[in-house]
Amino acid sequence: MTARRAIPFSACAALLLAVPPFLPPYPLTLLTQILIFAIFAMSLDLLLGYTGLASLGHAAYFGIAAYAVAILATRSQASFWVCLLAAVFAATAVAAVFGFVAIRAVGVYFLMITLALGMVVWGLAFRWVSVTMGDNGISGIARPTLFGVSLASPLPFHYLSLAVFFVAFALLWLVVRSPFGLSLQGIRETERRMRALGYDVWLHKYLAFVLAGGFAGLAGALWAYYDGFVSPVEVHLVTSVETLLMVALGGPGTLFGPILGAAVIVLFKNLLSIYTKRWLLILGLVYIGVIVLTPKGILGALRGARR
Amino acid sequence: MSAALVVAGVSRSFGGLTAVHAVDLSLEPGERHAIIGPNGAGKTTLFNLIAGELAPSAGRIVVFGQDVTRLPPERRAALGLARTFQINTLFPNLTATENVLLAVQGTTPTKLRLHRPIESYRHLYERAAHLLDSVGLAGKGSEMVRTLSHGEQRQLEIALAIGGTPRILLLDEPTAGLSPSESQRLVRLLKRLETSLTLLVIEHDMDVVFEIAERITVLHDGKVIADGDRDQVKASPLVAEIYFGSD
Ligand SMILES: Nc1ncnc2c1ncn2[C@@H]1O[C@H](COP(=O)(O)OP(=O)(O)OP(=O)(O)O)[C@@H](O)[C@H]1O
Ligand SMILES: [Mg+2]
Repeated sequence: MTARRAIPFSACAALLLAVPPFLPPYPLTLLTQILIFAIFAMSLDLLLGYTGLASLGHAAYFGIAAYAVAILATRSQASFWVCLLAAVFAATAVAAVFGFVAIRAVGVYFLMITLALGMVVWGLAFRWVSVTMGDNGISGIARPTLFGVSLASPLPFHYLSLAVFFVAFALLWLVVRSPFGLSLQGIRETERRMRALGYDVWLHKYLAFVLAGGFAGLAGALWAYYDGFVSPVEVHLVTSVETLLMVALGGPGTLFGPILGAAVIVLFKNLLSIYTKRWLLILGLVYIGVIVLTPKGILGALRGARR
Repeated sequence: MSAALVVAGVSRSFGGLTAVHAVDLSLEPGERHAIIGPNGAGKTTLFNLIAGELAPSAGRIVVFGQDVTRLPPERRAALGLARTFQINTLFPNLTATENVLLAVQGTTPTKLRLHRPIESYRHLYERAAHLLDSVGLAGKGSEMVRTLSHGEQRQLEIALAIGGTPRILLLDEPTAGLSPSESQRLVRLLKRLETSLTLLVIEHDMDVVFEIAERITVLHDGKVIADGDRDQVKASPLVAEIYFGSD
């Protein structure tokens, strides 16, 4: 990382570490939500912003991990680490299977297939009542005690989320800056040239898809503990679309963009929904405004203003 | 001694139009070969067939003794086949250095590494800088490719094609859109390439053709109408009529 970027970066990290104890409970839980959705949005950006693949079914991997935690924690009283590993593994494995089907499709067909696969998972969550409790969802997911500290109250849980967020950010940062990460951007730009240069484009897209599924799973697992409740909403199309909006709004093709987008949308959703049920409509309008004014998202607009 | 590239009876039609018709071509390793012919003769289509972007309707393509007729472009690239495009096919929203890095790592296993930042691969950067320098783009490395001039993008096309250290290089009208001095630098660069590199170049500028190619194939309406050295091709009455006659 260059020095120019290291300073604001460290400042943000220090703020995130120092501020939580001074926040009242409600803003603190909003901040926790933002962190979890930021992981989710960053994982989607690996596909959308870096590889140029618009997935409409990314909530599937988030939801599968959330359900894995819910089922293991409530039925088998599995420990936090077992739940976390199993959840990320389940999301990654399903992404590995779905990727085989989806990556062959291009353009709008990719959109349709990921949508269809997402609907399959939603259908399972809804109909496979003996496992998922269907529409009622699974409640009573108890937050764990880690290293002797109970995470039941908002502050310790927030710090767990922050730690997971830092790990996810660091790993994704490595991936997007790596030779493989550059290859994804090449695919986004000009697939034809990539093939002429010797890249197995299918393989690179597939690996990106599986990785993105795994990180979405990490976010989903945290979410299950955060909310204590998992229902088909977690795997619904609306969740996928919200996450796409986070990425597009914040700035695709960067890691900070999705974080910013997650913050804006989580705040919007929670604050606006107090006043109106039509927050999704308002969000859509805001989104259209952003696209018209600055196609590169909020981050793109900020960068443009600085120049 | 096996040929570097063999095109045997290759045809390709688009609907009713036969763009490439039973073309035979054989290049020895290190051979410098030009393809000329009027617009629409099927030159680019032939390149697309050799590079694997199009499947032939008939015929076989053999690279260093290996039949590649059914292989996708990336597998042919891995065998040492590289190409440029007549219409710039670059990565517009990446820097010139990143463009060349993609070419350099494309034929190595490094392209799948994801645990280290690319900056830590010093040798990739050194090679990228060297390539940019050799095509006259020194100092342009950190510029976004979409902001480069057409001539600069043309040069980058070449850097991308030679970045993966190919054994066979296909150039589709490399000097189109270059200034005379840029053209001259390109000719010098092509002459400096390793003598073992096999070169097949589509080119309209006959001065360039005569300077870099020892053999010339003339394509017209998808068919080879003449094939030989400079004098043989010039002496062909068919060529004089169809090609030089039209100037
Ligand atoms: N994908 C395609 N679909 C249909 N027709 C095509 C396609 N590609 C090429 N053609 C046709 O095939 C013929 C040969 O085209 P090609 O591009 O190979 O010519 P060329 O020799 O490269 O010409 P130029 O000197 O203008 O580049 C033309 O008539 C062209 O219209
Ligand atoms: Mg052409």
